[in-house]
Amino acid sequence: MVTTPKDLDGLPAAKWVELYTLMVRIRQFEERIMPLLKEGKIRGTAHPSVGQEAVAAGVCGVLEPRDYIVSNHRGHGHCIAKGMKTPEMMAELFAKATGSNKGKGGSMHIADLDQYIIGCTGIVGSGAPIAGGAALSAKMQKTGQAVVCFFGDGAINQGVVFESMNMAAIWRLPVIFVCENNLYALSTPAEKMTALKKLSDRAQGFGMPGFQVPGNELRTVARFTREALERARAGHGPTFLECKTYRWYGHSAMRPDTRAYRAAEEEAEWRKRDPIALAERELGEAGLLDAEKIAEIGRAIAKEIDVAVAFAERSPEPALAEMFTDVYAPF
Amino acid sequence: MTMHTLTVAEAICEGLREEMERDPRVFLMGEDVGAIGGIFATSRGLQEKFGPERVRDAPISEAAIVGYAIGAAVAGLRPVVECGGFVDFLSLTMDQIVNQAAKLRYMFGGKGTVPIVIRAAQGTGVKLAAQHSQSLEAWFAHIPGLIVVCPSTPADAKGLLLAAIRNPNPVIFLEHKMLYFVKGDVPDGEGLERIGVAARRREGTDVTLCSYSLMTHRCLEAADLLGQRGVSCEVIDLRTIRPWDKTALLDSVRKTHRLAVVHEAVRSFGAGAEIAATVMDEAFDELDAPVLRIAAHDIPMPFNDTLERETVPTVERIVEAVEKLG
Repeated sequence: MVTTPKDLDGLPAAKWVELYTLMVRIRQFEERIMPLLKEGKIRGTAHPSVGQEAVAAGVCGVLEPRDYIVSNHRGHGHCIAKGMKTPEMMAELFAKATGSNKGKGGSMHIADLDQYIIGCTGIVGSGAPIAGGAALSAKMQKTGQAVVCFFGDGAINQGVVFESMNMAAIWRLPVIFVCENNLYALSTPAEKMTALKKLSDRAQGFGMPGFQVPGNELRTVARFTREALERARAGHGPTFLECKTYRWYGHSAMRPDTRAYRAAEEEAEWRKRDPIALAERELGEAGLLDAEKIAEIGRAIAKEIDVAVAFAERSPEPALAEMFTDVYAPF
Repeated sequence: MTMHTLTVAEAICEGLREEMERDPRVFLMGEDVGAIGGIFATSRGLQEKFGPERVRDAPISEAAIVGYAIGAAVAGLRPVVECGGFVDFLSLTMDQIVNQAAKLRYMFGGKGTVPIVIRAAQGTGVKLAAQHSQSLEAWFAHIPGLIVVCPSTPADAKGLLLAAIRNPNPVIFLEHKMLYFVKGDVPDGEGLERIGVAARRREGTDVTLCSYSLMTHRCLEAADLLGQRGVSCEVIDLRTIRPWDKTALLDSVRKTHRLAVVHEAVRSFGAGAEIAATVMDEAFDELDAPVLRIAAHDIPMPFNDTLERETVPTVERIVEAVEKLG
């Protein structure tokens, strides 16, 4: 294969711009919904992933369209990076009929099977066996698909996650377990809840490769993901990636406070490791991005999010009769 | 229609085999389903026939077995799973059944289906005490999005299993340990049955006995004895608990004007309470007596033989209670 000077880590320039754009889209989407939650235009809650964009973009951005993902309660970023459109996501947060889930799921359950997003789940760790099952289907039907299961450091002590990793290992399933270790499960430090120094060491116990990945580095996340995908598609089974990252804001709109469990200095330190700024620097040095392009992408995404909010605002509420539909598939 | 004779266990095995032959998406997964064909030998010989991929032995990880089935189903397969055989073990899978399987389609706004069948054995009779003898159909029937099936005959076990596998929704398929060796006629050919349709097992004019699973047989025995004493009983076998065949039961009650609901699960908050309340809502004026619930006492299942036998409705208890209906 001819490598042009603009290739980086074996990916073409356009791909890196695409991954960077995904990060910006996630950041702007999340930043925009926070005031909307405060104003009450978005009801319920949401779990913003600001600060963690490199994991979503670095993982989902290198998947094939038909690869599956299963996400968790902090899933907006994963869904955007896997290809969901922001208007239907925003409309879902607004609980409108035009939302991705017709206003019946909300932030914690966004799903789009057309994009091979089996969905976000609000029960910590519960997506792991579902991801494993999708991988089992891929293997049995020989589709060549891989599956990514996103979960947080809080899920690392859930029994069903262990069961699922074990089954994926014994059956050599094409699944990547991506643990976004943002250091806190709500208020509880991950380091106090396991005796391991590295959560990725858990993988050894299941006989699968496990790696700790600097989760704010887009390039590194993408590299580890591509290697895991190669193993998966070659029939070598699952991989565990512990992506160390940090959520800038509180756990959720319901509990935005963080001071009781983490220091201002720590937050400031992690903000200096902003994954978007880091990507701008790295991709800039590689000649793939410049200030003008960055500004242009920022403006385009801002406009896109404006459109998404306007679409959500003017969309109708679901009809009352809708509450009775979709309980059962017709039989 | 020509018939052949099978036990319930054999009928289930025949149904599994025929569905796997008919539809390559169907596969079995669970604890010990391979070499020994499951703890109750309901998949005997199937791994030999279909191989270890489609008759897949799983580790003792009940929650993940069900979760894997959900993921595989959403991705296009038709899994039938067994979690160690006993319904009691499904307590370990409740998040996957209740929060995931039952709700995904609704939460996703109607996108996707979860066509899984979770098979499990209920009931007493084998003296395995409180953790291996429960009847938990009401747990599952309480959850919108689930289908709950409780067959009582070999023909229904097969015909409803076929219907369950072909159904696009999650089905909890509850068998009974004491019925596995009961023989009966099974139609040659497919013998597909419909979910949600009751069967009238005996016609009568004085009292309706409404039941399902093993207790249907106790009701039939009780009906014989009551018949000898001049009480004509109609026996309705619901076969499916959710959705249950309200129309068939109400039709019967409009004829007999008396109703006893008989089940092996504990009485409080059981299926009998729901059925009784519905009949009172919709046919109060038809009733000549309060609706009777004949069920297990509200206790964990004792190990002792006599205590176990007396915990759940016996034929004698059914007869005695129905006679008092007047």
